[in-house]
Amino acid sequence: MAAIAPTAAAGPLVARSLTRAFGARVALRDVSFELAPGELVGVIGPNGAGKTTLLSILAGVLEPDSGELRGAGRTAGWVPQQPAVYSRLSVSENLRLFARLERVADVNAAVERMLDHAGLRAHAADRVDRLSGGLRQRVNVAIGLLRDPDVLLLDEPSSALDPRQRARLWDLILDLAGRGTTVVFSTHDIAEVQRYADRVLLLADGELLFCGTCDELVDIVGLRSARRASPDRGGGVSSSSPSRMPSAGAHGSADEGRGRPPDLESALVAFLRGRGH
Amino acid sequence: MRWLLIKDLQILRRSPLLVGLLVAYPVALSLMVGVALSSPPGKPAVAFLDEVAPGHGEVVFAGRRLDVGSLAADLLGSIRPLRVHTLAAAIADVRGGRALAAVVIPADLPAQIRGLLSEGVGSPTVQVYLNTANPLERELVDQALTTRLAQIQQDVSRQLLRVAVGDLHEVLDGGRVQILGQSVALLGLRDAREIVAGAVRALPPGSALRAALAQVVAFADLAVEGLSFAGPVLGSIGSPLVVQRFQLAGATTPAATYAASIAVVVSLMLVAMLLAAGLLSVERSENAYARLARGLVAPRTVLASKVLLAGGLAAGMALAMAAGISAFVTLSWGRVELWVLSLAIGGLSFAALGAALGALARDVSAASLLAVSVSLPVAFLALVPAGAVSPSLSRALAVVSFLLPFRAALEAASRAFTAGSPLPAVAHLAALALAFGAAGALAMRRLRPSGLRSG
Repeated sequence: MAAIAPTAAAGPLVARSLTRAFGARVALRDVSFELAPGELVGVIGPNGAGKTTLLSILAGVLEPDSGELRGAGRTAGWVPQQPAVYSRLSVSENLRLFARLERVADVNAAVERMLDHAGLRAHAADRVDRLSGGLRQRVNVAIGLLRDPDVLLLDEPSSALDPRQRARLWDLILDLAGRGTTVVFSTHDIAEVQRYADRVLLLADGELLFCGTCDELVDIVGLRSARRASPDRGGGVSSSSPSRMPSAGAHGSADEGRGRPPDLESALVAFLRGRGH
Repeated sequence: MRWLLIKDLQILRRSPLLVGLLVAYPVALSLMVGVALSSPPGKPAVAFLDEVAPGHGEVVFAGRRLDVGSLAADLLGSIRPLRVHTLAAAIADVRGGRALAAVVIPADLPAQIRGLLSEGVGSPTVQVYLNTANPLERELVDQALTTRLAQIQQDVSRQLLRVAVGDLHEVLDGGRVQILGQSVALLGLRDAREIVAGAVRALPPGSALRAALAQVVAFADLAVEGLSFAGPVLGSIGSPLVVQRFQLAGATTPAATYAASIAVVVSLMLVAMLLAAGLLSVERSENAYARLARGLVAPRTVLASKVLLAGGLAAGMALAMAAGISAFVTLSWGRVELWVLSLAIGGLSFAALGAALGALARDVSAASLLAVSVSLPVAFLALVPAGAVSPSLSRALAVVSFLLPFRAALEAASRAFTAGSPLPAVAHLAALALAFGAAGALAMRRLRPSGLRSG
């Protein structure tokens, strides 16, 4: 995979009291957090929690009803949940169009770079409507990366991908994060968050219930103490469980030196129920 | 905007159905419309049965001859006659569809006419058998026959009135009449009055006859005066009215050119509205609008690009269609710059309306359905003649037609194709384009990237 030029040190991404309603339904309520350059942050929560709304506000697609946002917006790279590409254009035509609209300095160079980084070289002349779902998602991601952004926002990026494609995508993302790009991604896959995220934002019914590391989340949902109290309880995730992803650059192995909480997903569900969500 | 236009052209190029629509449609439609407008209307096929025996079709009355055969020949001029020899054959032709109707001249028609003229009784009758299966065909035949029969009736009336007026003159002034083959001298009312007046003067002053004969003279005076007016009155009834036409306002566009204008403008409307609505809703259905809307391109730039592209392509297609139709119908090529102006601004106006509808629709199919559902009634409403409906409804239709582009586009195109200035109508269209553009910009504010409601 070709190296990506290192980004200049970027300021933090700061969100203060972001609120957004759609009619009577409040999709996001008073959400505040700060992210550092190069951080890899996972946004999790049940359906309707406000994940997509949050990412859309961070991407500048939506305006918040109130609150303040610094460091993201229209300069961020954005990969929406549903691929936003023109299906009757080819891969290279899509990249070229959006590179021009994004006012990238060297359009041809940006297109060539993305074709290589996203593994789309062999499909450059293919119409997008003739590609598989995974390849379409790769085009979607490539468009989001065209301007080499300081902040990259991905809304459930791996949902349509097979394991090999998912691995390749995470290689790319981890490389970007290692070079200083702040990456915010939403997902329903808790294991993905555990494996890759430096920090987690837990949303439910528009409220930010938690912002911190996975270890801190483990403590909050009470799994670590439960595991110590009942070491023989079965059903937990073994520390020798095979990792689906190859170890990646700056973040090293996600499993090294870290206790893996058993069945975090179930514990999170119980935690949310306990909070009335 | 340039890259958006190029992108849309690339997408359109890869839609063979759309390319076919834009290229083949004007060619095919202009051929169809042109041939239809340039071909004269055909005469309806009518089965014709003349039961009057040869040599028995003349009616002689007061020295004049009325030929039933020549009247029948006049009727045949308006139809394509299929001569039959029996009533059963005539009816069979109608039932079988070989003829749209059957006309029967009964054998006793001359006798019926003779009875009416001599005794004032009876109604001479011509029979018409119509096929009621197709009301439009029935109307066509009915109109052709009724018009012709009315003319024949008028001719007969004129002839009979001439006879009556002639007889009236002879009653007044005297002459010779034919009675049972004999020529008999008729005194005349004026001469009779003079004879009686002379006899009154010759009577002695105290004669008892003087008063009685004076009454006769007075009656004769009244009769002469009254019958002197009767002649001109009868003559005026028999004379057809002359109608003088004055064109106070509006264009004097020939009917064929107007029909061609309708065809061109309907096509312009459909293509512009469907393209604009479809192109805009594609942005939404492809989810690409979300990328554009986050600052890459202003919403009104997206809207303007769709309107320009759809309006331009539709105008080009309409121009091609007008050029094709001009091979069959007279359209003034010396005013081609006015054609371009009228169709271009008309195309933009329709496209702006289509784009506003596309911004409201959730997907391409809904946008297309909405565009068609709006455009066709708009065209029909604009074509309803003012006198065909009640005054209040006519006013309402006028308001609706003013607020929508079809009538203005039709006026602009028909004037551009023939004579007169299309500029007032073009200005109206430009104003509508701006208004619909503003409405479209408002509608685009509700465009939201898909998936956001699920959070």
